[in-house]
Amino acid sequence: MKRAFAPLLMLLGLTALVVLPLAGDNYIIRLATNMLMYSVLGLSWNFIGGYTGYPSFATSAFFGLGAYAGAISQGHGVPMVLAWGIGAVVATSFAGLLGFVLLRLRGHYFAIASLVVAEVLREVVNSATDFTGGGMGLNLPILRIDVDRLAELFYYSMLSLALITLATTVIVSRHRLGFGLRCIQQNEDAANILGVDTTLYKNFAFMLSAVFVGAAGAFYASWVNYIDPTDVFDILLSVQPIVMVLLGGPGTVFGPIIGAVAYLALEEIMLSNLLSFHSGLLGLIIVILIFFLPNGLFGLSWKRLKRWMGISSAEEAA
Amino acid sequence: MKEILDVKSLSRQFGGLLALDDITFTLREGEIVGLIGPNGAGKTTLVNSVTGVHRATAGQITFSERRIEGLKSHRISRMGISRTFQVVQPFPRMSVLENVAAGSLFAGHASTPNEAKRLAQEHLAFVGLDREAEKSASVLTLAGRKRLELAKSLAMRPRLLMLDEVNAGLNPAEIDAALNLIRTIADRGVTIVVIEHLMRVVMNVSTRVLVLNQGKLIADAPPQEVVKNHQVIEAYLGKRYASAMKDAR
Repeated sequence: MKRAFAPLLMLLGLTALVVLPLAGDNYIIRLATNMLMYSVLGLSWNFIGGYTGYPSFATSAFFGLGAYAGAISQGHGVPMVLAWGIGAVVATSFAGLLGFVLLRLRGHYFAIASLVVAEVLREVVNSATDFTGGGMGLNLPILRIDVDRLAELFYYSMLSLALITLATTVIVSRHRLGFGLRCIQQNEDAANILGVDTTLYKNFAFMLSAVFVGAAGAFYASWVNYIDPTDVFDILLSVQPIVMVLLGGPGTVFGPIIGAVAYLALEEIMLSNLLSFHSGLLGLIIVILIFFLPNGLFGLSWKRLKRWMGISSAEEAA
Repeated sequence: MKEILDVKSLSRQFGGLLALDDITFTLREGEIVGLIGPNGAGKTTLVNSVTGVHRATAGQITFSERRIEGLKSHRISRMGISRTFQVVQPFPRMSVLENVAAGSLFAGHASTPNEAKRLAQEHLAFVGLDREAEKSASVLTLAGRKRLELAKSLAMRPRLLMLDEVNAGLNPAEIDAALNLIRTIADRGVTIVVIEHLMRVVMNVSTRVLVLNQGKLIADAPPQEVVKNHQVIEAYLGKRYASAMKDAR
C-alpha cells in the first residue's frame, strides 16, 4: 500500500511546493525557504552521519566557509548564482583535505575533532579583518528587484538546491557507494576486509556532506545580505541538522526532510505560543520523540502502532 | 601443483613481543592446509599479516607472483585472498542476502548492487542459508553466522580462503557439515587454510599441517607425521609429557 502511494504523495508534495509562493504571503515563503535550507543541511549530514555513521559536527564549518566564499566573491563582482557555486566548491575542497586527517578518528574522537573545526575557522575569519571584515561582518550587494519577486527567487533557488540534494541522496543510496557506506557504518573493519576502500568512501561521504552545505551557506549570505562570524559559524547549524535527521530517520532518503519540516514546525508553534520557555519545551519534545522512535518518524511502522494500540486496549479491557 | 602463496622470512613484532618469528612456507593451488598451534602461538597474527590488517615487520609475501606485503587490505581482498573472522563480523542491520552481496560487489565480480544480490543468492544456496536470505543477520544462530561468514568470503571469489576457527563453538554434526563444505570449495580449485585448535578437525580435513608455537613455525608436514612430531607434542602437552612419551616409545 505504502509503495503505491509514495510516488503520488511525492508528486502532490512537489506540486504544493512549486505553487506555494502563489498562495502564501512573505512569512510563509520565508518559513518554507528556511525549511528547505535545513532540509539541505539535514540531507547533507545524512551522508556522513546517517549512512556512514560518523557523527560529524562540521556542518557549520562548511556552511560558514560557503557563506564567506560566496560573500567575498559577490563583493568582487561575481554573479550571485556563480558565487553559490564557488561556496560549494570551496567547502567541498576543504572537506576533502580535512577528511584526509579527521576520518582517521572514530566515534567520539571524530565528533570532538569535527566540532573544533568551526571554532578555528571562526577565529581565522575574525582575525583576517582586511579580507573578511572580521567581527564587524560583511555586507553583500543588494539586488535591486521587487521584494516579493526577491522572496520568490530565493524560494525557488532553495527548492532547486534541496531537490538536487535529494536526487543525489537517491542516487547514492542505490549506488555501490551507498552500499559501501552502510557497510562502513555497521562494521568498518569487516567492510575493509570485504574489499571496500573505506578511506576513499568515507572521504566521498564527507565531501558530499559539504558540497550542498557550502552552496546553502553562500545562498544564505545572499539571502540575508549581511553575515558575521558568530552567525554563520554558529554551533546550532551543526546541531540542529543532526537533531532533524535523528527525528526524521537517519540513513533514509526522506527522513532528513521529514525531520526538518517537523522540527521547524514545532519550533514555530512553540515560539509563537510559549515565548519564554520555547526552547526548553522543544528540547523535551525532541528527547521524547527520539526515545520512543529510535528510527525516527520515518521508521514509524503501522504494525507497531497497531500493536501499541492493541496492548493499550487489552490493558483497558483487563 | 602451482604455487599460489609464498611467505618468506615473515616477522611481526608488537612492541617487545615477537608474534611471528621468521616464518617461511608456501601454499599450492587447491590444497587444504591446516594451521594449528596453542593459544597465542600467532595463528591469527599470521592471517592478519597476509591479509594486510597488520603490516609485516620484515619478510616477503608473494601471492600469485605479486608482492603483497604493504598493500592495503581492501586491495588484497580484491586480488583474491579472503578470510573469515574468529569472532564473526556480520553487518547486523542488513539482511543475510545484503551481507553476502557486499562481498560480491566490492571484491567479487558484480558491478551493481542488484547483480550482487543475484550472485549472493547462489552463494547462500551453496552454504544452505538460502531460506534465511531476507532475515536480519543478527537473528542467525552461531552456526548460521559461521555459514554466513563463509558465504561472504565465497562471494569475494577468492583463490585463497583462510578460515579462522569457523568450527569453534559448533556441535559435532555442524562440524561435519562444515567440513563437507570446505572439501567442496577446495574441489573447485580454491586453496584453503584451516586455522583451528581443534586437532580432530584439522587432522580430518587437511593434506598438510603447519604448526606454530610462540611465533615460530615448528612443523610443516602431513597430519600423520605432525601428531608424532616431538616438538608439536611438547608445544601442546608440555616438555615432561613429551619426554615421557619418548621414553615409553
